[in-house]
Amino acid sequence: MAATPTTVTTSAGPVRPAPGYWQRLRGGDEAAYVITFMAAAGILAITGLLVLELYTNSSASRGKFGWSFLVTSTWDPVNDQFGALPFIYGTVVTSFLALLMGIPLGVGAAIFLAELAPPKISDALTFLIELLAAVPSVIYGLLGVFVLIPILREIEPSLKAALGWTPFFSGPFYGVSLFSAGVVLAVMIIPFIISISREVILSVPGDQREAALALGATRWETTWDIVVPYAKKGIMGSIFLALARALGETMAVTMVVGNDPKIKASLLAPGYSIAAVIANEFTEATGQLYTSALIELGLVLFALTIVINGMARLLIIGADKYKA
Amino acid sequence: MMKRVVKQAALIAALATGVASAQQILINAAGATFPYPMYSKWFDQYHKKFPNLAFNYQSIGSGGGIKQVTEGTVDFGASDGPMNDTQLKEFHGKHGFGILHFPTVMGADVPVYNVSGVNTNLNFTPEALAGIFLGKITKWNDPELMKANPGLKLPAADIVVVHRSDGSGTTYIWTDYLSKVSKEWETKVGRGTSVNWPVGLGGKGNEGVSGQVQQTPNSIGYVELIYAVQNKMKTGKVRNSAGIFLEGSLAGVTAAAASSKEMPDDFRVSITNAPGKDAYPISSFTWLLIPEKIADPTKDKAIKDFLKWMLTDGQTMTSSLSYAPLPKGVVAKEMKAIAKIQ
Amino acid sequence: MANLHTLRRKTVNVVMLTITGLCTFIAAGTLVYILGYLFVHGATSLTLDFFTKLPTPVGESGGGMANAIVGSGKLLLLASLFGIPIGFLGGVYLAEFGGSTFSYVVRYVTDLLNGVPSIVIGIFAYTMVVLPQKHFSTLAGGLALGVMMIPIAVRSTEEFLRAVPNSLREGAMALGATKARSILTVVIPAAKNGIMTGIMLNLARVAGETAPLLFTSFGNRYWSSGWEQPISALPVMIFTYAIAPYEDWHKQAWAAGFVLLTMVLTVNIIARAVLSKRKHIAR
Repeated sequence: MAATPTTVTTSAGPVRPAPGYWQRLRGGDEAAYVITFMAAAGILAITGLLVLELYTNSSASRGKFGWSFLVTSTWDPVNDQFGALPFIYGTVVTSFLALLMGIPLGVGAAIFLAELAPPKISDALTFLIELLAAVPSVIYGLLGVFVLIPILREIEPSLKAALGWTPFFSGPFYGVSLFSAGVVLAVMIIPFIISISREVILSVPGDQREAALALGATRWETTWDIVVPYAKKGIMGSIFLALARALGETMAVTMVVGNDPKIKASLLAPGYSIAAVIANEFTEATGQLYTSALIELGLVLFALTIVINGMARLLIIGADKYKA
Repeated sequence: MMKRVVKQAALIAALATGVASAQQILINAAGATFPYPMYSKWFDQYHKKFPNLAFNYQSIGSGGGIKQVTEGTVDFGASDGPMNDTQLKEFHGKHGFGILHFPTVMGADVPVYNVSGVNTNLNFTPEALAGIFLGKITKWNDPELMKANPGLKLPAADIVVVHRSDGSGTTYIWTDYLSKVSKEWETKVGRGTSVNWPVGLGGKGNEGVSGQVQQTPNSIGYVELIYAVQNKMKTGKVRNSAGIFLEGSLAGVTAAAASSKEMPDDFRVSITNAPGKDAYPISSFTWLLIPEKIADPTKDKAIKDFLKWMLTDGQTMTSSLSYAPLPKGVVAKEMKAIAKIQ
Repeated sequence: MANLHTLRRKTVNVVMLTITGLCTFIAAGTLVYILGYLFVHGATSLTLDFFTKLPTPVGESGGGMANAIVGSGKLLLLASLFGIPIGFLGGVYLAEFGGSTFSYVVRYVTDLLNGVPSIVIGIFAYTMVVLPQKHFSTLAGGLALGVMMIPIAVRSTEEFLRAVPNSLREGAMALGATKARSILTVVIPAAKNGIMTGIMLNLARVAGETAPLLFTSFGNRYWSSGWEQPISALPVMIFTYAIAPYEDWHKQAWAAGFVLLTMVLTVNIIARAVLSKRKHIAR
């Protein structure tokens, strides 16, 4: 950067005039400020551009269907009729399933790792579980197709026997289904829930625990009645973050969800998600309306993840206040 | 340390960009999965003959082929459903010139299935196929199926329908056939590369559908013949317009092409449900979609040369992959049409 | 009686310990199972051909993913060139010059960008690069991945710069360095380890991304030269081959998955080791 450092006097000498603009520039401070500022502004510009592109390129579809796009369930490229409902349904259902399975396991494991396990075991297991978070989505898809679905086919009769009386587990099972996608997503989001919840629980001040133990509470009572409520916000935040991740998941879902844009009560039926339909149909959407309908779906997904991420932020930032 | 890393990165970058840049011309194409085994063999052989020419064909489905060639992101496309008038107009509007269809081979859409206990070829009537894909025939032991397969023990299992999840010419051929043999199908669903399927799971590409049927018990799907052959899957016999149950085959497809009416000048024709006792009812041509004007002169020459090779040497390689070669009359007509490309 | 009550509490304690331990065991066990399965299946499918050959025509066996491996490398290089400078400098801004509403907005928007689903970023790159240029390219794919790298680069740079104690900054200034100089020669080198590992983790994450490449880099059965041609990438090949019916392709998909996962996990393990070592250095 600068070639000449600003001159410095260490003794109290005669008062010198403040460095002029050019001197400051050569000092590099202005340049550094400007360059880094531009980078930061650049990030704003890129994001703004992204939203703009999504908005303008979906105008044909937004114009034709308006708000009814969100509640129509027909997806008919032949007759140019497009509705987002089956995909919103599939996205929400698979993510909800993932949370249903992921939260008990995730929070339970986080509690164990933060409070109840010996430190060495806790560290080792956390390390292992956090590695799960690094596994790429397409590999989960690969395992989903060749490992999970055959396993689910094996256990499906027993599942049917136990829960077949509910509308959620009725009907034939083909392997690929909303349920399979939900299971894969659950495995993908558990590391996030564990990692963040554990951090939050660890950050609860020690005196809270000590006070409870001093009063004679068991370890579990201390954890469940004192520590966890303290960390509640942060844990909720981690759940929302995991949800946001699940909503946008593409590859793993499209490989196991069945790719059928229909709304059915049964979880054993194939379904579709927003990200999956975009991945499958984007390269071949002929016609302006078809493409813009897919881009509008992208906009819907984007909006959904913004809202969820926003809520997560509020909760986790709130929880940070408790950090010692 | 940073300096070393940067130097190494620059070296790798230079190598990576330099590798194989020695005069290789890359021509990009995309489209139908139906003829993909044939095209990948052709392009591979052609590349061996002319190592400086590389035809990069991505099998993303006919819908994708039509879309990307219209957008101009690939040099040519491929589809087994000919472009309709709206799509032709859209292309013309975008580019200011038209697009030409060049038939390459003919193939058969065959029903493939995975039914426990059934190791022979099932017979399918047109009503059976329409009923299954409309979702009205739901069990394998339905009377319509039992009627056509006397003596065969069909299980009382639910039929799992597998169709394409992407825009597909194979779908076009299948739905074109169903529209011809079933009024209900024609009005309810219609023909197209992407339709509003009443029932079923979606598989991506011919590859995805065959994979799905292989892995899903009691399922039925439709794929191009070679996919069934290469994966040793059970194929069904379909009853043709003369009442005879035929398996998809070279002979059946060739007979279908022969008995159909005169080939129009723009080569867009449907040969499903063709008359004649040897004609396989779900046959089709498949086309390369070549823009009338190709800007880059090297690519222009390369594509035209390839077309000529495809119509001569290429046609001798089709049978080994169970595609039927083009009728001689069509070949002659196409040779003349190549001159239309500028 | 107090005894019964205490007994109940003690039982609950043990039961919940067991249940939560079970949860952990299931979570960790799933990972071990996944990794084990992939390593066994993938390692047994690895051949020399996989690393050195190009794909063969459909249905023919043999062939490999040499071009996909190089392709992923090229895409990551481009992504880093685009994403890291912006992310890094943005992080420097937030850590060293920030403090106003503008910084708050930048942080918020960065988080927003982080939450954008990767497929949507693919749409962005398609409309910004592929359509105007009228072809698929390495450039478009690299751009999409680069955009994905930005938020993490910003976050991790800021975090590690903030972790540098102020005493270092003040010491440099006391010696007469300008702010810029002190950042460049004192603060950044102090955070060097963290920033480098942050970059590595970022790369590892983006190396496995498939969705944004589907309609930007598209795919190439041959070597791709320059930056303007479509290019093959490892994760996309895994996807294409896994859903196909060919046994040979399935084997290659496993091998590719093995290679990808090994690379990603190695980077992650090294990064964590470096970071945890850092924590033990007394401040």
